[in-house]
Amino acid sequence: MKKVIMGNHALSYGAMLSRSQVIAAYPITPQTQVVELLSEMCADGTLQAKFIKVESEHSAMAACIGASAAGARAFTATSSQGLALMHEMLHWASGGRLPVVLGNINRAMAPGWTIWTDQNDSLSQRDTGWIQFYCASNQEVVDTVIQAFKVSEALAIPSMVVLDAFALSHTYEVVDIPDQAKVDAYLPPFNPPYRVTPDDPRAFGGLTGPEHYMELRYKLQKDMEKVPEMIERTGREYETTFGRYLGLVDDYLCDDAEIILVTSGTAGYTARVAVDEMRDRGLKVGNLRIKVFRPFPFEIVRRLTQSAKKIAVVDRNISYGHHGIFAQELKSAIYGHGGYKPVFGFIAGLGGRDITPASFREVVDTTISHERSEEEIVWIGVKK
Amino acid sequence: MKPKKEIKKVVFQSAEEMPTMPMSIGNMLWNKTGSWRNIRPEIRLEDCIQCGICWKFCPDMSIEIEAEWPVVNYDYCKGCGICAEECPAKCILMVEERK
Repeated sequence: MKKVIMGNHALSYGAMLSRSQVIAAYPITPQTQVVELLSEMCADGTLQAKFIKVESEHSAMAACIGASAAGARAFTATSSQGLALMHEMLHWASGGRLPVVLGNINRAMAPGWTIWTDQNDSLSQRDTGWIQFYCASNQEVVDTVIQAFKVSEALAIPSMVVLDAFALSHTYEVVDIPDQAKVDAYLPPFNPPYRVTPDDPRAFGGLTGPEHYMELRYKLQKDMEKVPEMIERTGREYETTFGRYLGLVDDYLCDDAEIILVTSGTAGYTARVAVDEMRDRGLKVGNLRIKVFRPFPFEIVRRLTQSAKKIAVVDRNISYGHHGIFAQELKSAIYGHGGYKPVFGFIAGLGGRDITPASFREVVDTTISHERSEEEIVWIGVKK
Repeated sequence: MKPKKEIKKVVFQSAEEMPTMPMSIGNMLWNKTGSWRNIRPEIRLEDCIQCGICWKFCPDMSIEIEAEWPVVNYDYCKGCGICAEECPAKCILMVEERK
């Protein structure tokens, strides 16, 4: 069934179709409609889930952790300051190997107080041990939530499904809502090997000395390394059932491209408009939209950028004192694999400033006219 | 009462044999946290009305009922004083530890 829905409601539908059993969330702009719709679904019986009202995002994640440890499928959503407040609990979820799924609406961090998009909120959680998916359309949001539960539960690692504030969260698009019976077949009920139950009492997350802690982290990393293959496999399976492939990256005209624009989130689709224009001008430009940021899809990124002469990474985020974060990752992915390839790092669109096809024209012009980047960061659209 | 578990330190020899999540590796059997205590509860059984409230309220499950009377497990009791506060017969005294 096709519906015209906003990005936030796409998250709600994803959680509903996945038959989430516990939802605990605290409202924050621009995420509020995600839980508004879920609370209505819980109230009218559309979704058979326990909706837990909490007094903070820290408690929302704590409630999801408890629910997941008890064997329930748990979902929450937040944004920006709320995600930052969850930080401690994010480590508890991943360290506890609990496959919670979280929808995060990318909103810039304050101060100055802001509600508009950039990726510094979720990228600040890079090292918490969560899988991170960056979506570019409302359709992708619904589909990815369902896939995220499948991947997370198979490997006991939580997932973050991320979308841009307003550019996606409040933008209405046509979405093909997957059929519930087919989703049920794709995503069977959550059945963890251990759970909190009086029938088999266990202590979870207790004191772990130096003789054991490192092995637990080793196991988390080893399972993280299995995620790319699992995403590709479950993505193909999704394609067989629903006709849409859900992969690690989304590449557009990369095969013969001399310059590849690397993007994430909604800026990826804008990049394509620019790519089409530049192709009309005879410039061999392609777009590589990175969908999965953690684990970083090293292998496929290396393969798709292999024949390009230059790479231009457009980051809607910044690691102060270093570069844009995707630019760093790109460099680390291609280092030591083949000869020198200049990677140009651009920063654009912080705090919700628009990234337009003109921004990408500027990016490509700079990349063409320079052998290497004159500055470590090239700023797009900043009033210097 | 169930017999007490044998106190044995578990050390896994490989990551493979460890559970995926940090769970039930029995560390609290040998890590006796009662040594953190500054004040200790002492129960005057002659005034005890056997209500079981201390047993129920103890956040560390350090009060056991043996032959229908409460007994403090000093291996784990940290001396929080909740049992003394909640005791309706006021028969639990918190006494300074002497070391």
